[in-house]
Amino acid sequence: MSAPYAKLPGWVDYGVIPLVNLIVAFLVAGLVVLLVGQSPIRAASLLIEGAFGYGEGIGFTLFYATNFIFTGLAVAIAFHCGLFNIGGEGQAYVAGLGVVLPCLWLDATMPWYVTIIAVVFGSSLMGALWALIPGYLQAKRGSHVVITTIMFNFIASSLMVYLLVDVLKPAGSMAPETRTFLEGGQLPKLGWLMNILGLDIGGAPFNLSFFIALIASFIVWVVVWRTRLGYQIRTMGFSPTAARYAGMKEARIIVITMMISGALAGMMAINPIMGDQHRMQLDFVGGAGFVGIAVALMGRSHPVGIIPAAILFGVLYQGGAEISFEMPEISRDMIVIIQGLVILFAGAMEHMFRPAIARLFTTLTAASKPPQTAETE
Amino acid sequence: MSDIAIELKGIDKSFGPVRANHDINMAVRKGTIHGIIGENGAGKSTLMSILYGFYKADDGDIFVDGRKVEITSSSVAIDLGIGMVHQHFMLVENFSVLENVMLGAEEGQILNAGIQNARADLKRLETDYGLDVDPDAIIEELPVGIQQRVEILKALYRRAEILILDEPTGVLTPAEADHLFRILRQLKDQGKTIILITHKLREIMAITDEVSVMRRGEMVATRTTSETSVEELAELMVGRRVLLRVEKGAANPGEVMLSVENLSVRDSRGVDMVKNVSLDVRAGEIVGIAGVAGNGQSELLQAISGIRRAKTGRVILDGEPIHVTGEADPNSLRHRGLAHVPEDRHHMGLVLAFEEAENTILGYHDDPKYLNGIFLNIDAIRADAAEKCELYDIRPPNVRLKTANFSGGNQQKIVLAREMERDPKVIIIGQPTRGVDVGAIEFIHKRIIEMRDAGKAVLLVSVELDEIRSLSDRVLVMFDGKIVGERSPDASEGELGLLMAGISDQGEAAQ
Repeated sequence: MSAPYAKLPGWVDYGVIPLVNLIVAFLVAGLVVLLVGQSPIRAASLLIEGAFGYGEGIGFTLFYATNFIFTGLAVAIAFHCGLFNIGGEGQAYVAGLGVVLPCLWLDATMPWYVTIIAVVFGSSLMGALWALIPGYLQAKRGSHVVITTIMFNFIASSLMVYLLVDVLKPAGSMAPETRTFLEGGQLPKLGWLMNILGLDIGGAPFNLSFFIALIASFIVWVVVWRTRLGYQIRTMGFSPTAARYAGMKEARIIVITMMISGALAGMMAINPIMGDQHRMQLDFVGGAGFVGIAVALMGRSHPVGIIPAAILFGVLYQGGAEISFEMPEISRDMIVIIQGLVILFAGAMEHMFRPAIARLFTTLTAASKPPQTAETE
Repeated sequence: MSDIAIELKGIDKSFGPVRANHDINMAVRKGTIHGIIGENGAGKSTLMSILYGFYKADDGDIFVDGRKVEITSSSVAIDLGIGMVHQHFMLVENFSVLENVMLGAEEGQILNAGIQNARADLKRLETDYGLDVDPDAIIEELPVGIQQRVEILKALYRRAEILILDEPTGVLTPAEADHLFRILRQLKDQGKTIILITHKLREIMAITDEVSVMRRGEMVATRTTSETSVEELAELMVGRRVLLRVEKGAANPGEVMLSVENLSVRDSRGVDMVKNVSLDVRAGEIVGIAGVAGNGQSELLQAISGIRRAKTGRVILDGEPIHVTGEADPNSLRHRGLAHVPEDRHHMGLVLAFEEAENTILGYHDDPKYLNGIFLNIDAIRADAAEKCELYDIRPPNVRLKTANFSGGNQQKIVLAREMERDPKVIIIGQPTRGVDVGAIEFIHKRIIEMRDAGKAVLLVSVELDEIRSLSDRVLVMFDGKIVGERSPDASEGELGLLMAGISDQGEAAQ
């Protein structure tokens, strides 16, 4: 009947609209750059150049993207269940323990491909456990996960400071970090992969976690769209009353979904710890948990959208660092502004241009073929 | 001044590829009641939304009082003297009548003067049109019939000369509907023009002077009401001959399959919605529960089907008790042969965002035939859905189409196919034809009778009294959470109507 929005073909919905949002975000960001008296064109070319122009840049871009794929998937699967997990940051932080402990334990005796199995298991378990409590409170007590997961971010942050400073720091060291892992606690870099393409990643920490992220993306797709659990999750997300009608165990589904979400966020910790620094440092998550929200929004909570969205944010991180290095007038904070604008336009205001594009699209199609009469109803 | 209040010429409106209104021409004469009838999705609401400024027509002209106008927003419509009474009331529940009437016409930042004026105006309107409402009553404490009167007052307060009413009787008892019609006639006598949108043929015949029929976005005919018949209008609406009354033989009741004993249900606010209800449904009979919406029917169905906990009472399904006060859950009840077509198919019976096929397993997602271990067997699910599409004539027969894109009637058929094809022992059905087009109603009614003749026990709840009377073998009337009487389906509408209003067998208000 009177649908408020016209239906658009998939390529418009998933291609044109995000692209328009992105372009607008960059135009506004350009204005900001102009305001501080700098050339937006130079900034833009530095951004692209820094992120894509050379092997090392690409390596960094994909390294950051790996983080965002994990946290984006974490937010996305919770979205499918109608839950807003803002706690990816804390879940990943605590999951650092699930990476560090197996590494410290096994790195001298085992090769990396044995350690990584324990690490994947450990990090997802720790992340899942950290998300279990808010999930349980939501399911049984009705405490909103938005509130509890934010709280748990703070708890995680304090807990990890304590553990790093008082427990995990080697005696005599001044830095709040663990010891550096030996060979068996280091994931191989993917330099060879880039070499095939004729690129040299130099010092970029692009590593095997990227493949783990891709595998996780595929598993998320299978779970959400091809399993009974996923069916229940989506039913809950779209219509809790329909789930109740169908006799689904709501509390159980909420808890399980939050645990999967936490596990995905937790695996993010593998990338910086085992893939890059080979030790755990303070605040190694660095906001990736929050960027995951924007990535999930922009990627429409679908792995196929999340991967490119994560790469886009990788570009912003890496290219942004390049800009602030080359153009000292544009500070680090300006880069955060630009990232914020992308989140604003791509995430929060994703439907702003939809009506206009829909109207344009309708006129274009109407010109080419006569519309049918209402037949679906 | 012409004698045409509103004229529409060549109105076109498309939503994407769907033409909701196509070349609509219509003239409404001043001082008449003009009905617009059509199936759901025929474009009635779209047309009225254009008239009230919610949508802008792609093409065509609107004339009010012979002047060409551009209605760009509802405030323009109000200025032109067009008022609208929506199907779902637009009232602030915890405001008084007076405050609701003033809303959006406060006359400045300081309310005092506005309140004085509004109170005086309201007084005048009440005496002029016999719309007696206490201006200081709080909306949520008023019965729906009165709330609707407040909506009408709101429109009149804004000096509406043309009143549009969208499905006004859906929430009213027969007596309240009669009262509404009396008010409308009085308004007409005072020179107001009324446009009545409905899908109930009987109302059209009862009150309108002229009637326009819409079908699939087009205005197919306009008739003078006194010169047409229910049969002709039904045929115009659907585009083919329809059977208005279901044919059914005598019931052949067997064993008691569903027995409810002293069931009470309390809702989340702590109000007792179902009070000590007892009833039996036998195999091979249809028991209908008549009543105005909101008298506990929903809660009753939800308690029996395990969706909502009951406070006290017992329910016995085919000889085995259901733990309605504790452990009962819809899933296990389904496996025990209790099928449930819920009242609210949009939020309960279906997940509108799902593909059609995904909805055919809702509630049966544990059935091994749809699964490969923990994975969904997509092929089996789609094949099963396609089979049901064929069996129930669900259109379009595209199992991958999003459910929201099916019409109301076809959505309901998706639910019915899922629940009926399971060969249940007992089937409880809420509002089987709410928002369903005439053609599909015929089909759905036939299926329900077939279920009965196949020996199922059917418990039917509907706010459409006609539906209850034509389908049921026994009619129970529910009012204020209680069963206030049992009648044969041949009982007169007046008699049932009195029961529905709470006038019980003893001839006193059952409060």
